[in-house]
Amino acid sequence: MSAIAVIFFGAILTDNFVLSKFMGICPFLGVSKKMNSALGMSAAVTFVMVMASMITYPIYTFLLVPNELGYLQTVVFILIIALFVQLVEIIIKRYAKPLYNSLGVYLPLITTNCAVLGVTILNADNAYTFAESVFNALGGGIGFALALVIFAGVRGRIDASDLPKAFKGIPATLVAASIVSISFLGFGGIVEKIFV
Amino acid sequence: MNYFRTFTKGLIKENPVLVMLLGTCPTLAVTTLAMNGLGMGAATTFVLVCSNVVISLLKNFIPKQVRLPSFIVIIAGFVTFVSFMLRSNFPELYEALGVFLSLITVNCIILGRAEMFASKNNVRASFLDGLGMGLGFTLALILIGAIREVLGSGTFFGLSIGDWFQPIGFFSSPAGGFFVFGCVIALVNVLSNYKMSSKKIGCASCPNASACGQAEKGEIAE
Repeated sequence: MSAIAVIFFGAILTDNFVLSKFMGICPFLGVSKKMNSALGMSAAVTFVMVMASMITYPIYTFLLVPNELGYLQTVVFILIIALFVQLVEIIIKRYAKPLYNSLGVYLPLITTNCAVLGVTILNADNAYTFAESVFNALGGGIGFALALVIFAGVRGRIDASDLPKAFKGIPATLVAASIVSISFLGFGGIVEKIFV
Repeated sequence: MNYFRTFTKGLIKENPVLVMLLGTCPTLAVTTLAMNGLGMGAATTFVLVCSNVVISLLKNFIPKQVRLPSFIVIIAGFVTFVSFMLRSNFPELYEALGVFLSLITVNCIILGRAEMFASKNNVRASFLDGLGMGLGFTLALILIGAIREVLGSGTFFGLSIGDWFQPIGFFSSPAGGFFVFGCVIALVNVLSNYKMSSKKIGCASCPNASACGQAEKGEIAE
């Protein structure tokens, strides 16, 4: 149980996917100008991360590994993710129109989000169990949401401030991301101390 | 078509990292050491050149509706090949790059060049475009890696720069990655005399740019 807690809270705080593992930087920079879009993007990413972990786990463990095809993980995982995202888009467009109206717009950005492929590969490389994989993905998604929401707040302040000409736009955004990342460094060691 | 310009545009004018802001994830993640930046750059260049050539050859055979999945599978195949090569020949680099080696698959530089260049141009131009973009990516990674390595570890490509310098751990940390990257882009701003204004430096060349813009506005693409 404590192993799962360490993985789950570690993925949210100490090993935050965006701020310490650098996965999903594009949406972090591109879709964090407004709180609403930050939340919508995070919800879509979390859902796909968890589902992708659930689907890739049995395929990797019971199909690829016994046949010594583990090296095909990148090709197989990205295909599964691309197909799954496409399928979700078709299904919710047909049967859950309100959900599609609020989340559909984020789905095209998810196939090429490193965090989704990253979490499935990390699960396989670390030989996580099914439960560990799911909680790693769930924690990763929540950590992604936390980073995006905090950063959406920070960005509002940047836009309102008077910056040196050279730092206007992207450079200021990156330096602000650096400061947010420092605050996450402060969580180092906490998770292990509490649960181990 | 001017082949020379096709090759050189990726080096500086349309540098994928410093101007087009593509592939930010590996740029930040592997650049704690200049050597890792070089390794990542070389691996990505190889995949980029191969996928550009293959996609350019197959451009008339891939149906438009399934082109994105097809591109990704071609790219993932070359990524698997590169990770085999690195694991057997450069095991240390393989360990250092870790999961980001597999994540070359979803590096938007590669998908972006496939979508915007290789699927519209002939093989020779696609080859040169891939090579130029790959080298531009590599140069940017070495630059950022060298700055972070010198300041964060007091070494340059593994060689000590002397005892007089006290390394600043911040620059090796993830936060230091964001900070150095931001400062380097600010420097590009100054050096280009603000010609690369905030409009030009940005996500506009990302294959996802339109979808991303719509997501920001909360509108459904159709």
